Amino acid sequence: MQIRLSAFIRKEMLHILRDKRTMLVVLVIPVMLILLFGFTVTTDVNNINVAVCAPNRCHAVSESVNRLVFSSYFRFKGYVDAADIDMTLRTGKAAAVVVFAADYATSGLFQLILDGADVNTASTSQAYLQHVILGEKARQSLFEMHQLYNPQMKSAFNFVPGIMGMIFLLICAMMTSVSIVKEKEVGTMEVLLVSPVKPAYIIISKMVPYLLLSCIDLATILLLARFVLDVPLAGGVWGIVGISVLYLVLSLALGMMVSNMARSQIVALLISAMVMMMPVLFFSGLMFPIENLPWALRWISYVIPARWYIDAMRKLMIEGVAFIGVMLEFGILLGQTLLLIAVSTKKFNDRLE
Amino acid sequence: MKCLKFLLRKEIIQFRRNKFLPRLIFAFPILIMLIAPIVANMEVRGVNVAFVDCDHSAISRRVLSHLNASKHFMVKQVTADYLLAYGLLEAGRVDVIVSMPEGFEKSIMGGIVPKIKVDANAINATKGMLGSQYIMMTIASALSEVAAENGLSMSADSDPASVRYFYNETLDYRFYMIPAFIIILIQLVCCFIPALNLVLEKEKGTIEQINVTPVSRLEFTLSKLIPYWIIGLVVLTEGILTVGLVYGLWPVGSTGAIYLAAILFTFAMSGFAVTIANGSDTMQQSIFVLFFFVMIFMLMSGMLTPLGSMPRWAQWITVVFPPRYFIAILRAVYLKGTTVLELGVDYLALAGFAVVFCMVAALTYCKQE
Repeated sequence: MQIRLSAFIRKEMLHILRDKRTMLVVLVIPVMLILLFGFTVTTDVNNINVAVCAPNRCHAVSESVNRLVFSSYFRFKGYVDAADIDMTLRTGKAAAVVVFAADYATSGLFQLILDGADVNTASTSQAYLQHVILGEKARQSLFEMHQLYNPQMKSAFNFVPGIMGMIFLLICAMMTSVSIVKEKEVGTMEVLLVSPVKPAYIIISKMVPYLLLSCIDLATILLLARFVLDVPLAGGVWGIVGISVLYLVLSLALGMMVSNMARSQIVALLISAMVMMMPVLFFSGLMFPIENLPWALRWISYVIPARWYIDAMRKLMIEGVAFIGVMLEFGILLGQTLLLIAVSTKKFNDRLE
Repeated sequence: MKCLKFLLRKEIIQFRRNKFLPRLIFAFPILIMLIAPIVANMEVRGVNVAFVDCDHSAISRRVLSHLNASKHFMVKQVTADYLLAYGLLEAGRVDVIVSMPEGFEKSIMGGIVPKIKVDANAINATKGMLGSQYIMMTIASALSEVAAENGLSMSADSDPASVRYFYNETLDYRFYMIPAFIIILIQLVCCFIPALNLVLEKEKGTIEQINVTPVSRLEFTLSKLIPYWIIGLVVLTEGILTVGLVYGLWPVGSTGAIYLAAILFTFAMSGFAVTIANGSDTMQQSIFVLFFFVMIFMLMSGMLTPLGSMPRWAQWITVVFPPRYFIAILRAVYLKGTTVLELGVDYLALAGFAVVFCMVAALTYCKQE
């Protein structure tokens, strides 16, 4: 049996190796995405466009405006008339307008008008703006703030585990989701079915080569995360690799299940690329906090593997929790993997319709 | 162009006879738009707090009761031991530690006031920052209450700044996100389905039959684009109706402006998808490549995160992303009621993409092997 399994794995390997283009695409795309998003995706707010409306451009006003011009958070977009404020915000020329009172020099009064349509920018820039305009007149604070683990408030840190969770799940599912349904469409399934191979062996032999490919992806991504994006990987590399490989197997098994159930390649690919993308985006904690969900939706999030993986990777990569600290997540992912493999073996039809 | 009519009929019949696609197009957008506004609730709630009380005073008890009363926080632990609280933070049991320093109450009556320490777990930057901002606001209100009772004025000078939010006065995050989800849906449908449809013809071999007919390249390409143009508009309509009927958010601006932009956008995206499909041998390949672009469009066009927060070079790259213009238009029209003329540049950009991608799609389709 050993020999037969290895022969099948060899057949699948050759399939992949001979399709150079697909292989290249599979190897390059995840790496490019992580690199690109690691550098660019943050929810931090800076470079906010600000316009100023000042009926009386006195010395005090120009002092405050100067502070605005030299602040890295803002881009000064010039002066506007009071009548044009609405138009400036509506067309998006500026996200905020500072209106100085005519007697600003004596009263110090000013108004901030913000474009509430862009909630993120509006709520954060309000606090920054007040601070910059007031300058040293800003109230002496009663508080001393510390941001732990991520002192520069860089959300890139937060996003790397999240994006890894999303990309691995979808890419791996897309890899295996065509594997069985394609043999059915092309007609080679018939040959496989009359051979004495057990269904489980067919499934294993289809997963192994893709697992190797995705392990190459994983290694590249971890190296890039460590040395290019400066993610600390504080919880130990082996724990990270261990849970990631488990997650890769899980994602491949998920694609396998889709492939067993789908009738055609189109359906299999649409399910693994499009239908699955939305729940992963919604319920994995990548973008939106899970704590805010009502209980019914929170239960859905428990089913999404990406949620547990991202949780565990945040702990391992950034907080520096040891592997023991993610045993719960590891256990759940392991359970889900076994379940998926069991279901796809069970669903494997050894008869053609 | 008389073949186009028949080719379109073929596409529509094929679409209708598929069991999966029509259901997907009708059910998927409605389901997503029902859930999306609930999910996109970024309000910080349920922040777990450890309260380190080294002061043991009336004031610190007052602060604690204010924290307890707020719906934003759950006080998990009250202790005098900072290290214990820090351990909880490390274990992920609490998100923020508030430490009242020793002698706070005494010194507040006169002398230098020691600072209240707020330590936040900033792994989740949004929660860390907003959570600690809310904490400071809550504590400040507790302190000014105490001050008022004792007839003291504690930095209670009136604020020199007044703040107004236009277009979305309550800063409801859902309103900001809904246009983004509508675009993500249109983009998914108009990218994946036409590409798969075209490569399917290649894999099945039916494209050979087209290649030997006198059907022109443009006609064939248009027959692949036009159905998705209609499907894109169906998805848009479903999205607008679902959000409007269930959540009461209707576009402030004109519906015509939205549909005009959507027509241009769907044409651009499906043209792009067909171009990719022309260069792919297998469905899997085309999906991988499209997935790459869909992810980039989704995360870098300013749909989910602000454009301005990206580095300058990345902002320059986004100039060639059609969704960047569509999200600007949809948000402005949906929430602010901006008109087509005011957004002229964005409309022109979308129109440019629509024409260019359709031409490229027609030109990259080769009838020769």
